[in-house]
Amino acid sequence: MRHYLDFEGPLRELEREYEELQRFAPRDDPKVLARVEKLQRRIAKVREEIYSQLTPWQKTQLSRHIDRPHTLDYIDLVFEDFIELHGDRGFMDDPAMVGGLARLDGEVVVVVGHQKGRDMREMGYRNFGMSHPEGYRKALRIMELGARFKKPIITMIDTPGAYPGVGAEERGQAEAIARNLREMASFPVPIVVVVIGEGGSGGALAIGVGDRMLMMENAIYSVISPEGCAAIVWRDGTKGPLAAEALKLTASDILKLGVIDEIIPEPLGGAHCDYQGTMTKFKEAVSRHLGELRGVPEEKLLLERYNRFRQMGAFMEE
Amino acid sequence: MVWFKKKEVTSEERKAVDALWSKCNVCNEIIYKKELERNLNVCPKCSYHFPISAQKRLAIVVDEGSFSEVDRGLTPVDPISFRDIKRYSERLEEAQKKTGLNDAFIAGKGEIHGCPAIIGVFDFGFLGGSLGSVVGEKIARMVERAMGERVGVIIFTSSGGARMQEGIFSLMQMAKTSAALSLLRREKLPYISVLTDPTTGGVTASFGMLGDIIMAEPRALICFAGPRVIKETIKTDLPPGFQRAEHLLQHGMIDLIVERRKLKETLGRLLDLFSH
Repeated sequence: MRHYLDFEGPLRELEREYEELQRFAPRDDPKVLARVEKLQRRIAKVREEIYSQLTPWQKTQLSRHIDRPHTLDYIDLVFEDFIELHGDRGFMDDPAMVGGLARLDGEVVVVVGHQKGRDMREMGYRNFGMSHPEGYRKALRIMELGARFKKPIITMIDTPGAYPGVGAEERGQAEAIARNLREMASFPVPIVVVVIGEGGSGGALAIGVGDRMLMMENAIYSVISPEGCAAIVWRDGTKGPLAAEALKLTASDILKLGVIDEIIPEPLGGAHCDYQGTMTKFKEAVSRHLGELRGVPEEKLLLERYNRFRQMGAFMEE
Repeated sequence: MVWFKKKEVTSEERKAVDALWSKCNVCNEIIYKKELERNLNVCPKCSYHFPISAQKRLAIVVDEGSFSEVDRGLTPVDPISFRDIKRYSERLEEAQKKTGLNDAFIAGKGEIHGCPAIIGVFDFGFLGGSLGSVVGEKIARMVERAMGERVGVIIFTSSGGARMQEGIFSLMQMAKTSAALSLLRREKLPYISVLTDPTTGGVTASFGMLGDIIMAEPRALICFAGPRVIKETIKTDLPPGFQRAEHLLQHGMIDLIVERRKLKETLGRLLDLFSH
Protein backbone atom coordinates (compact mmCIF):
# COMPACT_ATOMS: atom_id res chain seq x y z
CA MET A 1 0.00 0.00 0.00
CA ARG A 2 1.18 3.48 -0.82
CA HIS A 3 2.04 5.79 2.06
CA TYR A 4 0.61 9.28 1.78
CA LEU A 5 2.02 12.40 3.39
CA ASP A 6 -0.27 14.90 5.09
CA PHE A 7 -0.27 17.34 2.17
CA GLU A 8 -1.21 14.53 -0.21
CA GLY A 9 -4.62 14.19 1.47
CA PRO A 10 -6.79 15.29 -1.48
CA LEU A 11 -4.89 12.92 -3.74
CA ARG A 12 -5.36 10.00 -1.38
CA GLU A 13 -9.14 10.32 -1.51
CA LEU A 14 -9.21 10.45 -5.29
CA GLU A 15 -6.78 7.59 -5.78
CA ARG A 16 -8.68 5.39 -3.33
CA GLU A 17 -11.89 6.02 -5.19
CA TYR A 18 -10.19 5.31 -8.48
CA GLU A 19 -8.76 2.05 -7.19
CA GLU A 20 -12.12 0.93 -5.86
CA LEU A 21 -13.77 1.66 -9.16
CA GLN A 22 -11.07 -0.27 -10.99
CA ARG A 23 -11.46 -3.21 -8.68
CA PHE A 24 -15.19 -3.50 -8.14
CA ALA A 25 -17.14 -1.67 -10.82
CA PRO A 26 -18.27 -3.50 -13.99
CA ARG A 27 -15.85 -2.60 -16.75
CA ASP A 28 -18.33 -2.48 -19.59
CA ASP A 29 -20.65 0.03 -18.01
CA PRO A 30 -20.24 3.29 -19.94
CA LYS A 31 -21.27 5.28 -16.89
CA VAL A 32 -18.40 3.76 -14.90
CA LEU A 33 -15.99 4.30 -17.75
CA ALA A 34 -16.91 7.96 -17.88
CA ARG A 35 -16.45 8.24 -14.16
CA VAL A 36 -13.04 6.55 -14.38
CA GLU A 37 -11.94 8.90 -17.11
CA LYS A 38 -13.10 11.92 -15.18
CA LEU A 39 -11.28 10.71 -12.09
CA GLN A 40 -8.09 10.17 -14.04
CA ARG A 41 -8.19 13.72 -15.32
CA ARG A 42 -8.95 15.03 -11.86
CA ILE A 43 -6.09 13.03 -10.31
CA ALA A 44 -3.65 14.33 -12.91
CA LYS A 45 -4.76 17.87 -12.20
CA VAL A 46 -4.52 17.52 -8.42
CA ARG A 47 -1.10 15.90 -8.72
CA GLU A 48 0.10 18.75 -10.86
CA GLU A 49 -1.28 21.25 -8.35
CA ILE A 50 0.27 19.59 -5.31
CA TYR A 51 3.68 18.72 -6.71
CA SER A 52 4.41 21.75 -8.83
CA GLN A 53 4.66 24.05 -5.85
CA LEU A 54 6.06 22.02 -2.98
CA THR A 55 7.19 24.00 0.04
CA PRO A 56 10.64 23.35 1.54
CA TRP A 57 8.96 21.47 4.38
CA GLN A 58 6.99 19.27 1.98
CA LYS A 59 10.21 18.50 0.15
CA THR A 60 11.79 17.64 3.48
CA GLN A 61 8.95 15.17 4.05
CA LEU A 62 9.36 13.72 0.56
CA SER A 63 13.12 13.37 1.03
CA ARG A 64 12.38 11.19 4.06
CA HIS A 65 9.51 9.27 2.48
CA ILE A 66 9.48 5.70 3.70
CA ASP A 67 9.01 4.32 0.18
CA ARG A 68 11.77 6.43 -1.32
CA PRO A 69 14.57 4.48 -3.05
CA HIS A 70 17.56 4.06 -0.76
CA THR A 71 21.21 3.43 -1.57
CA LEU A 72 20.80 -0.34 -1.96
CA ASP A 73 17.85 0.18 -4.32
CA TYR A 74 20.01 2.35 -6.55
CA ILE A 75 22.82 -0.16 -6.34
CA ASP A 76 20.43 -2.96 -7.23
CA LEU A 77 18.77 -1.20 -10.16
CA VAL A 78 21.54 0.94 -11.64
CA PHE A 79 24.74 -1.03 -11.04
CA GLU A 80 25.73 -4.60 -11.88
CA ASP A 81 27.96 -7.13 -10.21
CA PHE A 82 27.83 -5.47 -6.77
CA ILE A 83 29.86 -7.07 -4.01
CA GLU A 84 29.16 -5.56 -0.62
CA LEU A 85 32.13 -5.10 1.70
CA HIS A 86 31.77 -4.98 5.44
CA GLY A 87 33.40 -3.60 8.54
CA ASP A 88 35.86 -0.89 9.51
CA ARG A 89 38.56 -3.39 10.55
CA GLY A 90 38.56 -1.76 13.95
CA PHE A 91 35.39 -2.26 15.90
CA MET A 92 32.32 -3.32 13.94
CA ASP A 93 30.28 -3.35 10.77
CA ASP A 94 27.89 -0.41 10.69
CA PRO A 95 24.70 -1.30 8.78
CA ALA A 96 23.79 2.40 8.48
CA MET A 97 26.51 2.67 5.83
CA VAL A 98 26.94 0.31 2.88
CA GLY A 99 29.51 0.06 0.16
CA GLY A 100 31.49 -2.11 -2.16
CA LEU A 101 32.67 -2.71 -5.70
CA ALA A 102 30.32 -2.77 -8.65
CA ARG A 103 30.08 -2.05 -12.34
CA LEU A 104 28.37 0.88 -13.98
CA ASP A 105 27.87 0.25 -17.68
CA GLY A 106 30.68 -2.25 -17.50
CA GLU A 107 33.15 0.07 -15.81
CA VAL A 108 34.34 -0.98 -12.34
CA VAL A 109 33.47 1.62 -9.70
CA VAL A 110 33.38 1.96 -5.94
CA VAL A 111 30.01 2.81 -4.39
CA VAL A 112 29.25 3.85 -0.83
CA GLY A 113 26.16 5.33 0.74
CA HIS A 114 24.07 5.74 3.84
CA GLN A 115 21.39 3.09 4.18
CA LYS A 116 17.96 3.54 5.76
CA GLY A 117 15.41 0.83 6.45
CA ARG A 118 11.88 0.49 5.17
CA ASP A 119 10.06 -1.44 7.92
CA MET A 120 10.39 -1.11 11.68
CA ARG A 121 12.80 -4.02 11.99
CA GLU A 122 15.11 -2.83 9.24
CA MET A 123 14.91 0.78 10.35
CA GLY A 124 16.23 -0.26 13.71
CA TYR A 125 18.90 -2.46 12.13
CA ARG A 126 20.02 0.43 9.92
CA ASN A 127 19.74 2.87 12.82
CA PHE A 128 17.56 5.12 10.64
CA GLY A 129 20.56 5.78 8.42
CA MET A 130 22.55 7.37 11.24
CA SER A 131 26.11 6.10 11.16
CA HIS A 132 28.44 5.51 14.05
CA PRO A 133 32.12 6.37 13.55
CA GLU A 134 32.63 2.84 12.18
CA GLY A 135 30.30 3.64 9.29
CA TYR A 136 32.46 6.55 8.20
CA ARG A 137 35.60 4.49 8.70
CA LYS A 138 34.16 1.66 6.63
CA ALA A 139 33.25 4.13 3.90
CA LEU A 140 36.78 5.54 4.00
CA ARG A 141 38.32 2.09 3.78
CA ILE A 142 36.24 1.21 0.74
CA MET A 143 36.88 4.57 -0.94
CA GLU A 144 40.61 4.09 -0.36
CA LEU A 145 40.34 0.93 -2.45
CA GLY A 146 39.03 3.08 -5.25
CA ALA A 147 41.86 5.56 -4.79
CA ARG A 148 44.50 2.83 -4.83
CA PHE A 149 43.10 0.69 -7.62
CA LYS A 150 42.09 3.72 -9.68
CA LYS A 151 38.35 3.16 -9.68
CA PRO A 152 35.99 6.12 -9.72
CA ILE A 153 33.98 6.64 -6.54
CA ILE A 154 30.23 7.24 -6.38
CA THR A 155 28.68 8.16 -3.06
CA MET A 156 25.01 8.42 -2.13
CA ILE A 157 23.96 10.64 0.75
CA ASP A 158 20.82 9.81 2.70
CA THR A 159 21.04 10.40 6.44
CA PRO A 160 19.42 12.52 9.15
CA GLY A 161 22.97 12.95 10.50
CA ALA A 162 25.66 11.16 12.44
CA TYR A 163 24.30 9.21 15.42
CA PRO A 164 24.43 11.17 18.68
CA GLY A 165 25.27 8.53 21.27
CA VAL A 166 27.72 7.85 24.05
CA GLY A 167 29.67 5.13 22.23
CA ALA A 168 29.72 7.12 19.00
CA GLU A 169 31.28 10.08 20.79
CA GLU A 170 33.74 7.97 22.76
CA ARG A 171 34.94 6.23 19.61
CA GLY A 172 35.53 9.51 17.81
CA GLN A 173 32.52 10.51 15.72
CA ALA A 174 34.13 13.90 15.10
CA GLU A 175 37.51 12.43 14.20
CA ALA A 176 35.94 9.94 11.78
CA ILE A 177 34.02 12.65 9.92
CA ALA A 178 36.99 15.04 9.87
CA ARG A 179 39.34 12.39 8.51
CA ASN A 180 36.94 11.54 5.69
CA LEU A 181 36.72 15.20 4.68
CA ARG A 182 40.49 15.50 4.52
CA GLU A 183 41.08 12.20 2.76
CA MET A 184 38.32 12.62 0.19
CA ALA A 185 39.95 15.91 -0.78
CA SER A 186 43.03 14.00 -1.89
CA PHE A 187 41.82 10.76 -3.54
CA PRO A 188 43.28 10.82 -7.06
CA VAL A 189 40.18 9.37 -8.76
CA PRO A 190 36.93 10.99 -9.89
CA ILE A 191 34.31 11.28 -7.14
CA VAL A 192 30.64 11.86 -7.93
CA VAL A 193 28.39 12.63 -4.97
CA VAL A 194 24.60 12.37 -5.15
CA VAL A 195 22.27 13.46 -2.37
CA ILE A 196 19.47 10.93 -2.92
CA GLY A 197 17.33 11.78 0.11
CA GLU A 198 18.23 13.51 3.32
CA GLY A 199 21.53 15.36 3.45
CA GLY A 200 21.86 15.88 7.19
CA SER A 201 24.83 17.97 8.32
CA GLY A 202 28.29 16.57 9.08
CA GLY A 203 27.13 12.99 8.83
CA ALA A 204 26.13 13.64 5.22
CA LEU A 205 29.21 15.66 4.30
CA ALA A 206 31.44 12.85 5.62
CA ILE A 207 30.93 11.07 2.26
CA GLY A 208 30.21 14.28 0.37
CA VAL A 209 33.50 15.69 -0.88
CA GLY A 210 33.72 15.18 -4.64
CA ASP A 211 34.37 16.53 -8.13
CA ARG A 212 30.70 16.63 -8.98
CA MET A 213 27.82 17.11 -6.59
CA LEU A 214 24.28 16.31 -7.63
CA MET A 215 20.96 16.28 -5.84
CA MET A 216 17.76 14.44 -6.56
CA GLU A 217 14.95 16.90 -7.15
CA ASN A 218 13.24 16.28 -3.81
CA ALA A 219 16.36 15.75 -1.76
CA ILE A 220 17.45 18.22 0.90
CA TYR A 221 20.90 19.25 2.09
CA SER A 222 21.32 21.19 5.29
CA VAL A 223 23.77 22.15 7.99
CA ILE A 224 21.20 21.19 10.62
CA SER A 225 17.83 19.43 10.49
CA PRO A 226 14.87 21.83 10.34
CA GLU A 227 13.66 20.38 13.65
CA GLY A 228 17.06 20.88 15.25
CA CYS A 229 17.25 24.44 13.98
CA ALA A 230 13.73 25.14 15.25
CA ALA A 231 14.57 23.71 18.67
CA ILE A 232 17.51 26.10 18.94
CA VAL A 233 16.09 29.36 17.61
CA TRP A 234 12.40 29.04 18.47
CA ARG A 235 12.93 26.61 21.34
CA ASP A 236 10.19 24.58 19.67
CA GLY A 237 10.92 21.53 17.55
CA THR A 238 7.51 21.70 15.87
CA LYS A 239 8.51 24.89 14.05
CA GLY A 240 10.31 22.67 11.51
CA PRO A 241 8.38 24.08 8.53
CA LEU A 242 9.56 27.61 9.37
CA ALA A 243 13.14 26.47 9.77
CA ALA A 244 13.00 24.49 6.51
CA GLU A 245 12.02 27.72 4.80
CA ALA A 246 14.82 29.72 6.44
CA LEU A 247 17.63 27.20 5.89
CA LYS A 248 17.40 27.15 2.05
CA LEU A 249 17.82 23.41 1.95
CA THR A 250 16.01 22.35 -1.23
CA ALA A 251 17.87 21.18 -4.31
CA SER A 252 16.95 24.33 -6.22
CA ASP A 253 18.20 26.56 -3.38
CA ILE A 254 21.46 24.65 -3.12
CA LEU A 255 21.92 24.85 -6.90
CA LYS A 256 21.36 28.61 -6.79
CA LEU A 257 24.01 28.92 -4.09
CA GLY A 258 26.44 27.16 -6.42
CA VAL A 259 27.14 24.22 -4.13
CA ILE A 260 25.87 21.52 -6.51
CA ASP A 261 26.21 21.08 -10.27
CA GLU A 262 22.88 19.64 -11.25
CA ILE A 263 19.47 18.52 -10.08
CA ILE A 264 18.36 15.05 -11.18
CA PRO A 265 14.65 15.30 -11.97
CA GLU A 266 12.21 12.98 -10.22
CA PRO A 267 8.87 11.73 -11.50
CA LEU A 268 5.83 13.73 -10.44
CA GLY A 269 5.04 12.80 -6.84
CA GLY A 270 8.62 11.87 -5.99
CA ALA A 271 11.22 9.19 -6.68
CA HIS A 272 9.14 6.49 -4.96
CA CYS A 273 6.31 6.83 -7.48
CA ASP A 274 8.41 5.41 -10.30
CA TYR A 275 11.62 3.60 -9.38
CA GLN A 276 12.54 2.72 -12.93
CA GLY A 277 12.06 6.25 -14.19
CA THR A 278 14.12 7.59 -11.32
CA MET A 279 16.92 5.12 -11.91
CA THR A 280 17.12 5.93 -15.61
CA LYS A 281 17.61 9.63 -14.89
CA PHE A 282 20.07 8.90 -12.08
CA LYS A 283 22.14 6.61 -14.26
CA GLU A 284 22.18 9.04 -17.16
CA ALA A 285 23.41 11.92 -14.97
CA VAL A 286 26.02 9.96 -13.03
CA SER A 287 27.42 8.28 -16.17
CA ARG A 288 27.60 11.61 -17.96
CA HIS A 289 29.54 13.28 -15.14
CA LEU A 290 31.86 10.30 -14.75
CA GLY A 291 32.46 10.42 -18.48
CA GLU A 292 33.46 14.08 -18.29
CA LEU A 293 35.87 13.35 -15.46
CA ARG A 294 37.40 10.28 -17.10
CA GLY A 295 40.84 11.01 -18.43
CA VAL A 296 41.29 14.26 -16.51
CA PRO A 297 44.91 14.17 -15.28
CA GLU A 298 45.22 13.51 -11.54
CA GLU A 299 46.85 16.82 -10.72
CA LYS A 300 44.15 18.75 -12.52
CA LEU A 301 41.39 16.70 -10.96
CA LEU A 302 42.71 17.36 -7.44
CA LEU A 303 43.35 21.03 -8.08
CA GLU A 304 39.85 21.54 -9.44
CA ARG A 305 38.34 19.66 -6.51
CA TYR A 306 40.33 21.83 -4.13
CA ASN A 307 39.26 25.02 -5.89
CA ARG A 308 35.66 23.91 -5.86
CA PHE A 309 35.59 23.85 -2.07
CA ARG A 310 38.11 26.63 -1.66
CA GLN A 311 35.70 29.12 -3.19
CA MET A 312 32.63 28.05 -1.21
CA GLY A 313 31.23 30.67 1.11
CA ALA A 314 30.18 34.29 0.96
CA PHE A 315 31.90 37.30 2.53
CA MET A 316 33.06 40.81 1.84
CA GLU A 317 36.60 42.05 1.90
CA GLU A 318 37.32 45.63 2.85
CA MET B 1 4.74 39.19 60.74
CA VAL B 2 7.69 38.61 58.49
CA TRP B 3 10.98 38.54 60.30
CA PHE B 4 13.24 38.40 57.31
CA LYS B 5 12.12 39.95 54.11
CA LYS B 6 13.95 38.97 50.99
CA LYS B 7 15.15 42.13 49.37
CA GLU B 8 14.36 42.41 45.67
CA VAL B 9 17.57 42.51 43.66
CA THR B 10 17.37 45.18 41.00
CA SER B 11 18.99 44.62 37.63
CA GLU B 12 21.41 47.43 38.45
CA GLU B 13 22.53 45.61 41.55
CA ARG B 14 22.81 42.33 39.66
CA LYS B 15 25.03 44.04 37.10
CA ALA B 16 27.23 45.43 39.82
CA VAL B 17 27.61 41.97 41.34
CA ASP B 18 28.31 40.37 37.96
CA ALA B 19 30.96 42.96 37.30
CA LEU B 20 32.84 41.87 40.38
CA TRP B 21 32.20 38.15 40.69
CA SER B 22 32.12 35.10 38.40
CA LYS B 23 30.67 31.67 38.98
CA CYS B 24 32.59 28.61 37.86
CA ASN B 25 30.71 26.56 35.23
CA VAL B 26 31.96 23.31 36.69
CA CYS B 27 32.24 23.60 40.51
CA ASN B 28 29.91 26.62 40.98
CA GLU B 29 32.53 28.39 43.10
CA ILE B 30 32.00 32.15 43.32
CA ILE B 31 35.25 33.81 42.39
CA TYR B 32 36.38 37.41 42.65
CA LYS B 33 36.86 38.54 39.05
CA LYS B 34 40.20 40.22 39.58
CA GLU B 35 41.55 37.07 41.16
CA LEU B 36 40.20 35.01 38.26
CA GLU B 37 41.94 37.25 35.77
CA ARG B 38 45.21 37.10 37.67
CA ASN B 39 44.88 33.32 37.43
CA LEU B 40 44.53 33.45 33.59
CA ASN B 41 40.79 32.85 33.96
CA VAL B 42 41.28 29.45 35.55
CA CYS B 43 39.10 28.50 38.52
CA PRO B 44 41.37 28.40 41.57
CA LYS B 45 39.26 25.67 43.15
CA CYS B 46 38.69 23.09 40.38
CA SER B 47 41.04 24.43 37.69
CA TYR B 48 38.24 24.73 35.13
CA HIS B 49 39.55 26.87 32.28
CA PHE B 50 37.04 29.63 31.47
CA PRO B 51 36.63 30.62 27.82
CA ILE B 52 38.67 33.75 27.09
CA SER B 53 38.58 36.28 24.29
CA ALA B 54 40.80 35.82 21.25
CA GLN B 55 42.86 38.86 22.27
CA LYS B 56 43.46 37.50 25.72
CA ARG B 57 44.43 34.12 24.30
CA LEU B 58 46.99 35.74 22.02
CA ALA B 59 48.38 37.76 24.92
CA ILE B 60 48.87 34.58 26.94
CA VAL B 61 50.43 32.47 24.19
CA VAL B 62 52.26 34.61 21.64
CA ASP B 63 55.57 36.43 22.22
CA GLU B 64 54.85 40.01 23.11
CA GLY B 65 54.80 42.31 20.12
CA SER B 66 55.34 39.49 17.60
CA PHE B 67 51.76 39.04 16.41
CA SER B 68 50.52 40.70 13.26
CA GLU B 69 46.93 40.13 12.30
CA VAL B 70 46.04 39.31 8.69
CA ASP B 71 42.79 39.31 6.72
CA ARG B 72 41.24 41.69 9.16
CA GLY B 73 39.04 43.12 6.43
CA LEU B 74 37.08 39.90 5.88
CA THR B 75 33.50 40.67 6.83
CA PRO B 76 30.50 38.35 7.02
CA VAL B 77 27.44 38.77 4.78
CA ASP B 78 23.98 37.24 4.97
CA PRO B 79 24.03 34.85 2.00
CA ILE B 80 20.64 33.22 2.49
CA SER B 81 18.81 36.19 4.08
CA PHE B 82 18.40 34.10 7.19
CA ARG B 83 15.78 35.13 9.63
CA ASP B 84 14.43 33.45 12.72
CA ILE B 85 13.13 35.64 15.50
CA LYS B 86 15.81 38.07 14.43
CA ARG B 87 17.63 38.70 11.18
CA TYR B 88 21.11 37.25 10.87
CA SER B 89 22.33 40.67 9.76
CA GLU B 90 21.09 42.15 13.05
CA ARG B 91 22.76 39.40 15.03
CA LEU B 92 26.00 40.13 13.22
CA GLU B 93 25.81 43.82 13.99
CA GLU B 94 25.18 43.14 17.66
CA ALA B 95 28.07 40.69 17.88
CA GLN B 96 30.38 43.12 16.11
CA LYS B 97 29.43 45.89 18.49
CA LYS B 98 29.83 43.65 21.53
CA THR B 99 33.23 42.19 20.63
CA GLY B 100 34.78 44.83 18.41
CA LEU B 101 35.54 42.00 15.95
CA ASN B 102 34.33 41.49 12.38
CA ASP B 103 33.75 37.81 12.96
CA ALA B 104 34.53 35.01 15.41
CA PHE B 105 38.15 34.43 14.46
CA ILE B 106 41.48 36.24 14.51
CA ALA B 107 44.28 35.01 12.25
CA GLY B 108 47.82 36.18 11.96
CA LYS B 109 51.48 35.47 12.14
CA GLY B 110 53.33 35.36 15.40
CA GLU B 111 56.14 33.79 17.33
CA ILE B 112 56.05 31.50 20.32
CA HIS B 113 59.34 31.39 22.22
CA GLY B 114 60.91 32.70 19.07
CA CYS B 115 59.41 30.03 16.77
CA PRO B 116 57.28 31.51 13.97
CA ALA B 117 53.85 30.08 13.22
CA ILE B 118 50.59 31.00 11.57
CA ILE B 119 48.14 31.29 14.44
CA GLY B 120 44.37 31.44 14.52
CA VAL B 121 42.09 31.95 17.50
CA PHE B 122 38.35 31.61 17.93
CA ASP B 123 36.41 34.12 19.95
CA PHE B 124 33.47 32.38 21.61
CA GLY B 125 31.93 35.74 22.43
CA PHE B 126 31.10 36.31 18.76
CA LEU B 127 27.96 34.26 18.00
CA GLY B 128 29.28 31.34 20.03
CA GLY B 129 32.45 31.12 17.98
CA SER B 130 30.43 29.64 15.16
CA LEU B 131 32.03 28.55 11.90
CA GLY B 132 30.83 30.63 8.98
CA SER B 133 32.27 31.70 5.63
CA VAL B 134 34.66 34.29 7.09
CA VAL B 135 36.17 31.86 9.60
CA GLY B 136 36.52 29.18 6.91
CA GLU B 137 38.16 31.59 4.49
CA LYS B 138 40.59 32.80 7.15
CA ILE B 139 41.61 29.23 7.97
CA ALA B 140 42.09 28.31 4.30
CA ARG B 141 44.27 31.40 3.85
CA MET B 142 46.22 30.53 7.01
CA VAL B 143 47.12 27.18 5.52
CA GLU B 144 48.12 28.69 2.19
CA ARG B 145 50.20 31.33 3.95
CA ALA B 146 51.89 28.69 6.10
CA MET B 147 52.83 26.74 2.96
CA GLY B 148 54.25 29.89 1.40
CA GLU B 149 56.36 30.67 4.45
CA ARG B 150 57.17 27.05 5.33
CA VAL B 151 55.92 27.30 8.92
CA GLY B 152 53.40 25.41 11.00
CA VAL B 153 49.79 26.24 11.84
CA ILE B 154 48.19 26.51 15.28
CA ILE B 155 44.45 26.91 15.79
CA PHE B 156 42.78 27.51 19.14
CA THR B 157 39.18 26.40 18.92
CA SER B 158 36.23 27.47 21.00
CA SER B 159 33.01 27.07 19.11
CA GLY B 160 29.40 26.00 19.14
CA GLY B 161 29.91 24.47 15.68
CA ALA B 162 28.76 25.44 12.21
CA ARG B 163 26.94 28.77 11.88
CA MET B 164 23.52 27.65 10.76
CA GLN B 165 22.51 31.18 9.76
CA GLU B 166 24.75 30.75 6.72
CA GLY B 167 22.97 27.55 5.72
CA ILE B 168 24.79 25.10 3.47
CA PHE B 169 27.79 27.44 3.20
CA SER B 170 28.58 26.92 6.87
CA LEU B 171 28.56 23.14 6.39
CA MET B 172 30.85 23.49 3.39
CA GLN B 173 33.42 25.34 5.50
CA MET B 174 34.14 21.99 7.13
CA ALA B 175 35.10 20.55 3.74
CA LYS B 176 36.95 23.69 2.72
CA THR B 177 39.17 23.83 5.81
CA SER B 178 39.79 20.07 5.79
CA ALA B 179 40.77 20.18 2.12
CA ALA B 180 43.24 22.98 2.92
CA LEU B 181 44.70 20.90 5.72
CA SER B 182 45.18 17.97 3.34
CA LEU B 183 47.55 20.22 1.37
CA LEU B 184 49.45 21.23 4.51
CA ARG B 185 49.84 17.57 5.33
CA ARG B 186 51.25 16.83 1.88
CA GLU B 187 53.72 19.68 2.36
CA LYS B 188 54.86 18.08 5.63
CA LEU B 189 54.21 21.13 7.75
CA PRO B 190 52.89 20.64 11.29
CA TYR B 191 49.40 21.57 12.39
CA ILE B 192 48.66 21.85 16.09
CA SER B 193 45.06 21.99 17.20
CA VAL B 194 44.34 23.35 20.68
CA LEU B 195 40.81 22.55 21.83
CA THR B 196 39.41 24.83 24.50
CA ASP B 197 36.06 24.96 26.24
CA PRO B 198 33.73 24.41 24.45
CA THR B 199 34.60 22.86 21.09
CA THR B 200 31.63 21.20 19.45
CA GLY B 201 29.88 20.17 16.24
CA GLY B 202 31.32 21.01 12.85
CA VAL B 203 34.47 22.56 14.29
CA THR B 204 35.39 19.39 16.16
CA ALA B 205 34.43 17.31 13.11
CA SER B 206 36.82 19.13 10.79
CA PHE B 207 40.01 21.01 11.67
CA GLY B 208 39.45 20.45 15.42
CA MET B 209 40.26 16.75 15.21
CA LEU B 210 42.73 16.96 12.33
CA GLY B 211 45.74 18.20 14.28
CA ASP B 212 49.03 16.34 13.93
CA ILE B 213 49.10 17.18 17.59
CA ILE B 214 45.80 17.71 19.37
CA MET B 215 45.92 19.29 22.80
CA ALA B 216 43.16 20.45 25.09
CA GLU B 217 42.75 22.59 28.15
CA PRO B 218 41.68 20.85 31.36
CA ARG B 219 37.96 20.13 31.70
CA ALA B 220 37.18 21.49 28.21
CA LEU B 221 33.98 20.16 26.67
CA ILE B 222 34.92 18.58 23.34
CA CYS B 223 32.32 16.78 21.29
CA PHE B 224 30.48 16.36 18.02
CA ALA B 225 26.92 16.08 19.35
CA GLY B 226 26.36 18.10 22.50
CA PRO B 227 25.48 16.42 25.80
CA ARG B 228 21.89 17.72 25.72
CA VAL B 229 21.20 16.24 22.29
CA ILE B 230 22.66 12.89 23.31
CA LYS B 231 20.70 12.84 26.53
CA GLU B 232 17.48 13.51 24.62
CA THR B 233 18.32 10.76 22.13
CA ILE B 234 19.30 7.97 24.50
CA LYS B 235 17.03 9.07 27.37
CA THR B 236 19.48 8.14 30.13
CA ASP B 237 22.02 10.04 32.17
CA LEU B 238 25.48 10.51 30.74
CA PRO B 239 28.57 9.06 32.41
CA PRO B 240 30.40 11.50 34.72
CA GLY B 241 33.07 13.55 32.96
CA PHE B 242 31.69 12.48 29.56
CA GLN B 243 33.04 14.59 26.66
CA ARG B 244 35.44 16.48 28.89
CA ALA B 245 39.09 16.69 27.85
CA GLU B 246 40.16 14.06 30.39
CA HIS B 247 37.56 11.63 29.01
CA LEU B 248 38.83 12.15 25.46
CA LEU B 249 42.42 11.64 26.55
CA GLN B 250 41.42 8.37 28.17
CA HIS B 251 39.69 7.24 24.98
CA GLY B 252 42.68 8.05 22.84
CA MET B 253 41.18 11.00 20.99
CA ILE B 254 43.70 13.70 21.96
CA ASP B 255 47.45 13.81 22.61
CA LEU B 256 47.71 15.84 25.76
CA ILE B 257 45.99 18.11 28.22
CA VAL B 258 47.88 21.28 28.96
CA GLU B 259 47.11 23.84 31.63
CA ARG B 260 46.78 27.39 30.44
CA ARG B 261 49.86 28.59 32.28
CA LYS B 262 51.95 25.87 30.59
CA LEU B 263 50.42 26.33 27.14
CA LYS B 264 52.95 28.76 25.73
CA GLU B 265 55.91 26.75 26.90
CA THR B 266 54.47 23.49 25.51
CA LEU B 267 53.64 25.03 22.13
CA GLY B 268 57.08 26.62 21.93
CA ARG B 269 58.77 23.29 22.66
CA LEU B 270 56.65 21.47 20.09
CA LEU B 271 57.29 24.04 17.36
CA ASP B 272 60.98 23.81 18.16
CA LEU B 273 60.96 20.00 17.95
CA PHE B 274 59.16 20.09 14.60
CA SER B 275 61.50 22.69 13.16
CA HIS B 276 64.65 20.58 13.55
